[in-house]
Amino acid sequence: MAFLTDRKRAQGLGSAKTGTEHFWGMQVSSAALAVLIPIFVFTFGAILGAPHDEVVAYFARPFPAILTGLTLVVGMTHFKNGAQVMIEDYAHGAARKWLIIGVICLSYAVMATGLFALVKLAL
Amino acid sequence: MADVNRGNRPLSPHLQIYRPQLTSITSILTRITGNALIVAALLITWWLLAAASGEGYFALVDGIVRSWFGKLVFLGAIWAVWYHFLAGLRHLYYDSGRGLDIPTAEKLGWACIGGSVVLTLITVIIL
Repeated sequence: MAFLTDRKRAQGLGSAKTGTEHFWGMQVSSAALAVLIPIFVFTFGAILGAPHDEVVAYFARPFPAILTGLTLVVGMTHFKNGAQVMIEDYAHGAARKWLIIGVICLSYAVMATGLFALVKLAL
Repeated sequence: MADVNRGNRPLSPHLQIYRPQLTSITSILTRITGNALIVAALLITWWLLAAASGEGYFALVDGIVRSWFGKLVFLGAIWAVWYHFLAGLRHLYYDSGRGLDIPTAEKLGWACIGGSVVLTLITVIIL
């Protein structure tokens, strides 16, 4: 049984202080992806299925390389934040923390791998 | 007043109680498509890494990506990305405080479903 009043329990804690930047971050990355994704689908789709030398030459050009890099970085940032919200809805306690850490690691690993590949293809 | 029943309140009915509605289904699909797209992201990154690694490894990965199974995954990914794209636009519209009345929300839901199928067909025809 709790003897503290609601006011006593809340006093001194202040407002939630954080939280809005996550929502804002999702809005920013979704607005960016709304532009990037349609261009990426057709830029990537145009080269998928081509022989190796053509693929290398394609990603040596600035537009496909920069667009793919941008889509990867913004897309994985959006995934990192979005998957975190899903985990927070379904997982609790230590599992929640480990899953969020895993998602963050995976997101940055995909970004780094993709950027390495693009740099190697472009140079 | 002190809350004497903290942590022991009756819970409101959840998903398994409510009849599925268009608004809830389209919302859940947004989450499923968004998170499932990690598979496409991993495949694309693997394919890029293979292209950067050399001709031999590229042939292997390219063969997997272009096999019937790879094509099936990419077809699913194309639909998922277009659905998530339209649902995301709907979210940005909702976030501006508009389109939240039931008739408009249902119309937007059907637009996401229909639009994603149309965009998938267009993509498959063009590519």
